[in-house]
Amino acid sequence: MIALILRDLRLAIRSGGGFGLGLAFFLLVVVLVPLGVGPEPATLAKIAPGILWVGALLSCLLSLDRIFALDFEDGSLDLLATAPMPLEGVVAAKTLAHWLVTGLPLTLAAPVLAVLLNLPGQGYSWLVASLALGTPALSMIGVFGASLTVGLKRGGLLLSLLVLPLYVPTLIFGAEAVRRGAMGMEAGTPLLLMAGITAGSVALLPFASAAAIRVNLR
Amino acid sequence: MQVQGVSCARGGVTVLDGVSFTLEPGQALVLRGPNGIGKTTLLRTVAGLQPAIAGKVSLPPETLAYAGHADGVKATLSVAENLAFWAAIHGQGGVDGALLAMNLGQLRDRAAKNLSAGQRRRLGLARLIVTGRPIWLLDEPTVSLDSDSVALFGAVLRGHLAEGGAALIATHIDLGLPEARVLDLTPYKARAPQAGQSRDAFAEAVE
Amino acid sequence: MSIWEYANPKKFMETSGKVLPWVAIPSALLCIVGLVWGFFFTPEAENFGSTVKIIYLHVPAAMMAINVWLMMLVTSLVWIVRRHHVSALAAKAAAPIGLTMTVIALVTGALWGQPMWGTWWAWDPRLTSFLILALFYLGYIALWAAIEEPDTAADLTGVLCIVGSVFALLSRYAVNFWNQGLHQGASLSLDARENVSNVYWIPLVICIAGFVLLFVTLVLLRTRTEIRARRLSALLARERMA
Repeated sequence: MIALILRDLRLAIRSGGGFGLGLAFFLLVVVLVPLGVGPEPATLAKIAPGILWVGALLSCLLSLDRIFALDFEDGSLDLLATAPMPLEGVVAAKTLAHWLVTGLPLTLAAPVLAVLLNLPGQGYSWLVASLALGTPALSMIGVFGASLTVGLKRGGLLLSLLVLPLYVPTLIFGAEAVRRGAMGMEAGTPLLLMAGITAGSVALLPFASAAAIRVNLR
Repeated sequence: MQVQGVSCARGGVTVLDGVSFTLEPGQALVLRGPNGIGKTTLLRTVAGLQPAIAGKVSLPPETLAYAGHADGVKATLSVAENLAFWAAIHGQGGVDGALLAMNLGQLRDRAAKNLSAGQRRRLGLARLIVTGRPIWLLDEPTVSLDSDSVALFGAVLRGHLAEGGAALIATHIDLGLPEARVLDLTPYKARAPQAGQSRDAFAEAVE
Repeated sequence: MSIWEYANPKKFMETSGKVLPWVAIPSALLCIVGLVWGFFFTPEAENFGSTVKIIYLHVPAAMMAINVWLMMLVTSLVWIVRRHHVSALAAKAAAPIGLTMTVIALVTGALWGQPMWGTWWAWDPRLTSFLILALFYLGYIALWAAIEEPDTAADLTGVLCIVGSVFALLSRYAVNFWNQGLHQGASLSLDARENVSNVYWIPLVICIAGFVLLFVTLVLLRTRTEIRARRLSALLARERMA
């Protein structure tokens, strides 16, 4: 399993698109929003939690269709399916690799970008905490969507259509935690609820994903 | 390994019906038949990648190494890295033996995207060695190999059989294995079902 | 005789053909009676005006929007567990009906909301939930449409339906948490008189019964169409092999 994670990380670094692209996209979203809504600091502070979360979510979406598509095309997925590691383990390893390449950098970059959006000082810790706990769910749900569409020629758009509704609860609780935190309100409840969704997704979705991949390989 | 009365389908259409054979350690079985008869489909069914419509494939678990049309080679990884990955996945150690056997020693640090089609294929076949698994399922293993490389692979295959391995091979090329048995799949071609005995429940759903 | 016999396509075609007129005609009658009664023969409500009469479309459609998804969940589970083709096709047939019901509920809601709350749309929990439900329907229908091999499509949409149900439920709670809204509580509790008085309630029940039967009619019709399409491709496949 570690071998698979290391391979995916190495591929992400060598092909260049991995770390950089998602972060650049996140930056662009955060820069474009003030250009669209105006420079008013109070307005920006108000919408910052939502923008940061939506931006992170969209950046995460960007790389989903490559998770399995490349392995499917070059035959690796067939070979992994006949390897000793169960397919559920393959799914979990690829999810972790995807999170390390997208979710983790997004979490680390978010506080810097939050400065651009004038996020109130007390919101920063909540922002990092909510993204750290929420982006694994984004990766996991995205991997599930990717395994549904892996057999399709042009699955990218369909993948977004399938995955975005599934992101709703995570987005709501995540952004709500930051919003409350930024206003100095109690933010533990939404954060815990979101962590619950993450835990449930990570525990159960590998099985659904592996089932979907088996169907797609046959 | 035993295959008993297996029927398999491609794209929802049954292509082969009632295929049976056994494969003992040290044996090789060559699958023959015209294009489209279902050699790949049969191999994928035996490999467990798709379910058999009927019949049974029985073999000890975790004994298969499948090599299909695609080699599972990552373009940005070097030859040695590609092999080391598959060795690690199968819990095996070094890759030097496999590199040597498929004459890839000099290419070991070259990125796979800079390999020729034949070199790439050799890398794909070297992967079989590092899996450490006894039963090889080979789907047209010699595609894009030159005659020297075919001979090289023939030797590797013979060595594998001598060590008690087995191989199920779909190929049209003589691999220099006189002892291999040949199974012609033509007689197993699925026939159109007679009216009234269709396998597909929908063909019977008359008004 | 077990209920699973109806899962055989041939048996299903025979039975559904016989049942169809017995649900289609009552459904038409109930819808007409319920809607005409509701629209034209109920008194004007004191503080609502005549706009309230849109509940005769809004409430049944909203109820069906949720129940159709439940029906799809059950039929998807039946397909995954017992591999009955008719079950998967029934789920496929139901999805566009469910989407239509959701859209009707949203549009009638907007038409009603305008005079009531002074806005066409508010990010009220119920409205938002229905919008999200519509997105789930869209994704499900799109996945069916994208996959060519019918059994693969049935398997994958089945998995999506099960996972989607869990997330739809989570979304519902998340949305409630996110905004406590304008929308009144459900109008039909067990003790219905508490919420809506009898004069309005009886035609509403008739409308709901009509919508349920309308759904049954449509789902039977569409499932029959799907079975015919599958039969056609099975025959074509047989022809190609011969």
